[in-house]
Amino acid sequence: MKYFTFMVTDSAAEPYKPEEDTIAQWVKDAIAAGTEFDGDRIRPREEAKTVRVRNGELIVTDGPFTEAKEWINGWGINEFDDLDHAIEVMAKHPVARFGQIEIRPFYDWEAGE
Amino acid sequence: MVSTLIRITGDWSLAEDCTADAFEKAIARWPVDGVPDNPGAWLTTVAKNKALDRLRRAANEARKLEQVAIMNELEVDDVELTDDRLRLIFTCCHPALPLEARVALTLRTVAGLTTPEIASAFLVPEPTMAQRLVRAQKKIKNAGIPYRVPSIDLLPERLGGVLAVLYLLFNEGYTAVSRVDLAEEAIRLTRVLLQLMPGEPEVQGLLALELLQHSRRRARLVDGELVPLEEQDRSLWDQALVDEGLSLLRSGGRYQTQAAIAAVHARDDGDYSELVALYDRLGGGAVVALNRAVAIGMADGPEAGLAAIEALPASDYYLVPAARADFLRRLGRDAEAAEQYRLALAVVKTDPERRYLARRLAEVEG
Repeated sequence: MKYFTFMVTDSAAEPYKPEEDTIAQWVKDAIAAGTEFDGDRIRPREEAKTVRVRNGELIVTDGPFTEAKEWINGWGINEFDDLDHAIEVMAKHPVARFGQIEIRPFYDWEAGE
Repeated sequence: MVSTLIRITGDWSLAEDCTADAFEKAIARWPVDGVPDNPGAWLTTVAKNKALDRLRRAANEARKLEQVAIMNELEVDDVELTDDRLRLIFTCCHPALPLEARVALTLRTVAGLTTPEIASAFLVPEPTMAQRLVRAQKKIKNAGIPYRVPSIDLLPERLGGVLAVLYLLFNEGYTAVSRVDLAEEAIRLTRVLLQLMPGEPEVQGLLALELLQHSRRRARLVDGELVPLEEQDRSLWDQALVDEGLSLLRSGGRYQTQAAIAAVHARDDGDYSELVALYDRLGGGAVVALNRAVAIGMADGPEAGLAAIEALPASDYYLVPAARADFLRRLGRDAEAAEQYRLALAVVKTDPERRYLARRLAEVEG
């Protein structure tokens, strides 16, 4: 099954320690395990633009569309066997420790749901 | 049977429909043809064939064709049935589902209760319960919640989740005294789980705990009135359940420890010296802390018990004033006891508890 993952900040998580960032190993393990995936970090939310069309008029504003305490700073698209497999692999991702990870299954268009 | 079909087809509603069809066919055929030698296998085969028919009809998709191929080779034996039931329990109790959905789904799919039965057990309208079940089944499918027993490294954590659902179910029946059926259903399910995982100490522990508590059900509530342990008529205790519960005690984790505590009360020999150490092993939480203080009172007298309660960190746990009142009453400090009973009455949860506290209040006021 295909899952989208959001890497999200979390003020309650332990502070980021670059020397303990195991992302390189995580990617290596994922490749070795044959997991199909894609993903990357994204630039901080201060650099976000929000686009809206209202009454036919384009409105572009600086910043994210919501004033949230937590924000997305990375993403992934992964093929996993099932939810347990997804949890097992994502639990080893460094952001699970220094932030939090949201796992979202894709719509199954063939099943019409 | 449902669990076998779910494993094969991965489709919960298909599995349920075909099982229902099989039972219908049995009702029509058995009175005419006689009951087959192995009714379970007969039903599973019929349900399997029904599912096969339906999948064939819809077999224009490659994935469904694949399922047809798998099913043609399928021979259902007892080992597979056992494994399927275990998988089903773990799926129904998956932590990705909301707790109330886990409980409802376990009752529906593992215990085979009907939606109206579950709705009435939890005092919610039937459409609400039906919707809860449908949502949970959809989530299993859409989120990819697996239909298998978790791997060894995940098992302790996930088994804990399954036991928590069963114990919640038991307590639901135990606290809401009039609904003994839920407690019995929980015991039945725990027995099933123990059959599936023989020798697993925490499953034994949960079953022991449930049996020891359940053994007192007739003594605990007489004519709708709650009877405290010390005043219970011992002859009403179900000794067979006590014996079975005691036979399941092992050393081990949380449920074994809680069962050991229940066993101290079940033995009823006035020796409470073990109790405090057992509560220490359970550790943490306002409920455990209060029970530990009460245990000190049972072992060393009401004065010590009261002191232990006063030493607890402040908590709004509703049984704290009730426990304090009980010790004050034993010490003959009636006015202070009355004050605590009034506090307890203001926060009490169930009617039998309320009537019990009111009776005690009348005693100390009298």
